[in-house]
Amino acid sequence: MLSHLSLYEQAIFVLAALLLYTCFSLLAHTRLLDLIRAFAWQGVLLAATCALVAWVLEQPHLYISAILTLSLKGFLIPFALHRLVIKLKLQHTVEKVSSPTTVLLSGVGLVIFSYYVALPIEQLSTEITRNVIAISLAMVLLGMLLLISRSQAVSQVVGFMAVENGLFFAAVVSTYGMPMVVELGVAFDVLVAMVLFGVFFFQIKDNLDSLDVDQMNRLSEVDE
Amino acid sequence: MDWLLALLQTALFVFGAPLLLGWIKRLKALSQNRQPAPVWQPYRDLRRLFHKEVVIAHHASWLFRITPYIVFGAVVLVASVVPLLVTSLPTAAIADVIVLVGFFALGRFFLALAGMDIGTAFGGMGASREMTIASMAEPAMLMAVFTLAMTASTTNLSTAMLTILHEGLVLRPSFIFAALGLMMVAVAETGRIPVDNPATHLELTMVHEAMILEYSGRYLALIEWAAQIKLMVYGVLVLNLFFPWGIATETTTNALLIGSVVILAKLMLLALILVVSETVVAKMRLFRIPQYLSFAFLLCLLGALSHVILEAGYII
Repeated sequence: MLSHLSLYEQAIFVLAALLLYTCFSLLAHTRLLDLIRAFAWQGVLLAATCALVAWVLEQPHLYISAILTLSLKGFLIPFALHRLVIKLKLQHTVEKVSSPTTVLLSGVGLVIFSYYVALPIEQLSTEITRNVIAISLAMVLLGMLLLISRSQAVSQVVGFMAVENGLFFAAVVSTYGMPMVVELGVAFDVLVAMVLFGVFFFQIKDNLDSLDVDQMNRLSEVDE
Repeated sequence: MDWLLALLQTALFVFGAPLLLGWIKRLKALSQNRQPAPVWQPYRDLRRLFHKEVVIAHHASWLFRITPYIVFGAVVLVASVVPLLVTSLPTAAIADVIVLVGFFALGRFFLALAGMDIGTAFGGMGASREMTIASMAEPAMLMAVFTLAMTASTTNLSTAMLTILHEGLVLRPSFIFAALGLMMVAVAETGRIPVDNPATHLELTMVHEAMILEYSGRYLALIEWAAQIKLMVYGVLVLNLFFPWGIATETTTNALLIGSVVILAKLMLLALILVVSETVVAKMRLFRIPQYLSFAFLLCLLGALSHVILEAGYII
């Protein structure tokens, strides 16, 4: 029963559910600035969950991960993306998603699927956070869904980062986080990826006059 | 004694509902820097309408005449089922929460038929819009209800409240989603901003008002009164299901007194939240409403999912 757990442990579940909700809000937002704001919220929630897990499971090294997550995914990356969007003058573009309701419903399907997949794993674990494994798997899959349902390069980057968030969350709830070296490495990789994406955005914009990656399917010589 | 109390509670619902609306209107006027009408203004309006002569179109059939009584009767029945001050009254066993949704649907069905009965453009338009909204709001509401039923292992309102009271303060992710979803559905079902604007007539965006445009006199009074009770039922449902603390579990004078004070305070607070949200949010275009309601449905669905994933099957 849930009521046998302490309030802190229950709060982990609440935060996990809210993280799942932010994934859906990422899928639902079609304006880039809203998308980036939702992504920032996801980073902040992820950091809060990580800190709470560190507190409940008494794993002090997770505090460092929480601080890293908060500063990188809560502030730095959203801020950089925000600046890029303003610079590329994309703040008013509304992305066309072919059928938003289908995307959301298939997202629900993915959640059910990941619950089904994670069920045997949960039976092996003895941590109180084992129920959250399904949520973290769903976060990865929902990030992938975001990647394939969007054609704007910026939202694909957000989708990529959301997948990374899901993986990080899975590591935190199932095995007390990755080893510190790996975690630091991944954090800086993400940061470098962010810088590279920034450069790529400008390249794509120069070549195609737009960040719609669907246009890359067409060869420019064949055109017209 | 218990039956007397149940009767009293239903009467409190029926006669207290206009007061709640008066309070909401007063808060709203204050928030818009207008001179507010007294809180008992809805009673005056109802009395005025009851004294007025009834004008009915020549083409109106018997359906048009009996609809106000059916709508009012269904809502009063619902009000008798929902625990307001005290749980475990005999009336609570009459119907569970799914029947409650059904009663609301019954009232709406007849209202939509009556809207089309006269054959004016407004009535038909309002009826079609109302049914469109209902077809999306009802699944969301049922999903919220199922989430609750899974947690409490019952669909009976009174028993569910007792279960939640008994477990004390437990942070349930499913309840957060279900409460938010149910509030959004309640806004849509009671015709408040941003789905419908209850304060305007003869506007192209109206939904509920368009259906009842042909009614006058005591028929209109009954329908308006039913709408007020419906608003209060939804408010009490949200409050007593998700925050049941304070409700009386036994029929002693003391507990009843505390129960009535607490529910009054909770309703006043909920009205404040409603008014603030109506002031902040603008009325939506009709074509945005499906999006709004599918969001509510998604919230309720997430509530059910997070119950299954995070809460159910948790064995220490």
